Amino acid sequence: MVEFTLPKNSRIKKGKTYEAPASAKRVKNFHVYRWQPEKEENPRLDTYEVDLDNCGPMVLDALIKIKNEIDSSLTFRRSCREGICGSCSMNIDGVNTLACLCPIEDIKGDAKVYPLPHMEVVKDLVPDLTHIFAQYASVEPWLQADTTSPPNEERLQSREDRAKLDGLWECVLCFCCSTSCPSYWWNEDRYLGPAVLLSAYRWIVDSRDEATGKRLDNLEDPFRLYRCHTIMNCTKTCPKGLNPAKSIAEIKKLLVARR
Amino acid sequence: MSLRSPLGRVRGLGSAKEGTAHWWAQRVTAIALVPLALWFVASILSLIGADYATTTAWIGMPVPAVLLILLLTATFYHAQLGLQVVLEDYVHNEGLKLAAILLVKFACLVLGLAAVFGVLKIAFQG
Repeated sequence: MVEFTLPKNSRIKKGKTYEAPASAKRVKNFHVYRWQPEKEENPRLDTYEVDLDNCGPMVLDALIKIKNEIDSSLTFRRSCREGICGSCSMNIDGVNTLACLCPIEDIKGDAKVYPLPHMEVVKDLVPDLTHIFAQYASVEPWLQADTTSPPNEERLQSREDRAKLDGLWECVLCFCCSTSCPSYWWNEDRYLGPAVLLSAYRWIVDSRDEATGKRLDNLEDPFRLYRCHTIMNCTKTCPKGLNPAKSIAEIKKLLVARR
Repeated sequence: MSLRSPLGRVRGLGSAKEGTAHWWAQRVTAIALVPLALWFVASILSLIGADYATTTAWIGMPVPAVLLILLLTATFYHAQLGLQVVLEDYVHNEGLKLAAILLVKFACLVLGLAAVFGVLKIAFQG
C-alpha cells in the first residue's frame, strides 16, 4: 500500500558517533542505519568515522572494518566480496547496489548506508527476504521437460539458443532491482517484481525447457506481471548491468504472440 | 496472523490468466491517439477565429465527424483502462477499489457517449 510517511516506530533518529583516531588523515563519515528487534527503540543513524588510509576500496570493506575494529554489533549480510553471491545488497548513497561493487571514492561527501527499501528489516542492514524467495520459488526456476535426457549425455542446445540466456543467467538474486521498483513497493504481495520475472524469463527462453506455456500461464495475471509500468528503475540500479525491464517486455510480447 | 507457508501465500488464488487483452488495448488506443490527437490540434488551430456556424459546419462534415468520434471513443476507452491501473496500483481497500473502478468506468462511458451524441447531433441536425 502506498505510504507517504513512515509509521511512528520506523522514523529514524540520530544515533551515536564513533570518532576516528586522531592520527587518521583521510576520514570519511559513514552514516549507517541501525535497528535491533530486541530493543523497543526507533531505528537510528549511527555515524562511523573511517580512516580511508587504513581501509579497502569498497563500501563493503568499510563495513567490515567498522564491524571488526569499531562496533562489532553492526549486522549485515556478506559472503564473496566480489559481486557473485548477491548477499551484500543495500541502499548506498540513495541507490540500491552491492556494497562489494561500490567504490567508496565514487560517493561524494558522507556515505549513507540503509537496508534495501520497503522491506521488513530483520536487523540493521539485513532485510527479510522470505517473501521474495517464495516468489522466486513460485516461478519454478529449474529445467522442466517431459522428454527424457539422452543416456549419459547432456541436453543439447545450439549456440544461438545458448546466446539467448546471456544477460539472464548472470543474475545473483541480490534483489536490488525489485526493491527499487515503486510497483513492487506498493504491491509486493501480488506483483512478482523484476528479479523474479527475469528469472522466469530465463526459463521461458531456454530452448531445452518444455514448460513454456505453463510458465506463461502462471505469469499471465494483472498483478503478477502487469504491475510493471516500465518505470526502468530495475535496469538503472542493477549492479550486474542486467536489464530486467527488457525481460518483462519480452514476456509481454510472448503473451501477445500466443493469443 | 497467518501460519500459511510463504509459497502458499505467493501462489494465493493462482494466476487470473488475463491482463494481456487489457495491456494490448491500452497500447493500441495509445498508438491510435497519436495521429488523432495531432489531427485534432491542427484542426482546432485552423479554426481559430472561426464563428459558431463555421465550426459546427466543420464538425458536421463526414471526415471530421468520423475522426472526432474515433478520437472521443479512443480517448475515453484509453482513459478508463489507464485509470483502472492507477486505482489498482494505489488503492488497497478492496471495497473502495471496486467502487472507484466502477465509478471511473461509468463516468467514462457516460462522458464518451454524451460527447459522441453531441457530434452526431451536430452532424445530422446542424
